[in-house]
Amino acid sequence: MRAPADSTNPKFAEYAAPERLVSTQWVADHLDTPGVVVVESDEDVLLYETGHIPGAVKIDWHTELNDPVTRDYVDGAGFAALMGAKGIGRDHTVVIYGDKSNWWAAYALWVFTLFGHSDVRLMDGGRALWQAEGRELTTAKPERPATDYPVIDRDDSRIRAFLPEVLERIGGVPLIDVRSPDEYTGKRTHMPDYPEEGALRGGHIPTARSVPWARAANEDGTFKSAAELRSIYVDDLGLDTDEDVIAYCRIGERSSHTWFVLEHLLGFRGVKNYDGSWTEWGNVVRVPIARGEEPGEARTS
Amino acid sequence: MSETAPLPGGLQEIADDFAAMPDADKLQLLLEFSQELPDLPDRFAEHPELLEPVPECQSPIFLVTEIDDDSERTVHLHFSAPPEAPTTRGFAGILHEGLDGRPAATVLSVPAELPLRLSLEEQVSPLRLRGMSGMLARIQRQVSERTAAGAE
Repeated sequence: MRAPADSTNPKFAEYAAPERLVSTQWVADHLDTPGVVVVESDEDVLLYETGHIPGAVKIDWHTELNDPVTRDYVDGAGFAALMGAKGIGRDHTVVIYGDKSNWWAAYALWVFTLFGHSDVRLMDGGRALWQAEGRELTTAKPERPATDYPVIDRDDSRIRAFLPEVLERIGGVPLIDVRSPDEYTGKRTHMPDYPEEGALRGGHIPTARSVPWARAANEDGTFKSAAELRSIYVDDLGLDTDEDVIAYCRIGERSSHTWFVLEHLLGFRGVKNYDGSWTEWGNVVRVPIARGEEPGEARTS
Repeated sequence: MSETAPLPGGLQEIADDFAAMPDADKLQLLLEFSQELPDLPDRFAEHPELLEPVPECQSPIFLVTEIDDDSERTVHLHFSAPPEAPTTRGFAGILHEGLDGRPAATVLSVPAELPLRLSLEEQVSPLRLRGMSGMLARIQRQVSERTAAGAE
């Protein structure tokens, strides 16, 4: 049932998991392929309503993938109900795209991965590239028959980090802070041009290295080549694909983008996204914080 | 027992419209507001430096207020936001529809909790609604400064 990988783009072939990315052309060619579901996931909650890829369904990270009460994702029953209503089957090939260089698309893909949905891919370049190429958008609502998606326990152990683990492993595992330089140094507690999201303290987790997410993306929002990515994360940063890595940002959306790069494009074995990120760390009593441009040292006790 | 006071200007009618709309259609109504947001008049379109940015919004939006010299100090609102930011445009459209052409006192009397009275938290998310708070706060500050300056 799994749709074929996109073998038309030589750039993809160089990645550790080439089947995780598809081109806009591949999507255009597979709009009517049974078993392929295209999903739009955006920062702007109305963008899908202004026009979307024909047949694409919308999944909103804020309002659909999150639990409405606890700061956590939906549980297995909630995910099964959402998938069922969207017409997504457990064996379907899910291709996600979105605005903002696919931040929220990558975040949605990461949540799908927590539920072990095996074939989930990103459309390289996202919504902006599809539009720039003059491809069709429609406001016609897709009609997909509801599916019976199984209830799967969410597995938070492999790719998700919680605060106690991050705190425990400072100095023992490389941390990557993917926020903007001003957020990293502590000059500001939120993204440039973004709302204040209520972090009481600014700075970064001690020992975290600053690698803003955008270094992995080209101007048009597509991912850089495998060689360029290796040069950033392996050569410059000195990371080893066999060792564990934890990435974070402010609520986990930009670090999902970096998680995707490390996990699927470079083939790191143990990458976790700390989705509590700065909106958690910057508010917790007595956790260590480093300010300024230097990563800072692990506290010795 | 005190009931919540109705929203000023045309805002209560808008809030009532959203409240009466089934959840599934609320985003469509917000989309209509985004589509009805008037373009910037040329005198501002040619002088973007006269507009104030609203960093609380997720997408770039700029706004400026003008106040007539009449007895009511009638307020005019102008916004600039790109089409790829329809939610932000929708927020601006609500403020424009509800407050443009109203007296300064009406604009200044809008409570800061306005975004939470539009029945949009579940469809839009509280985090995104903060953008509208930022716009309202800037509109009110501009109107406040400009009416105070005019009174001297």
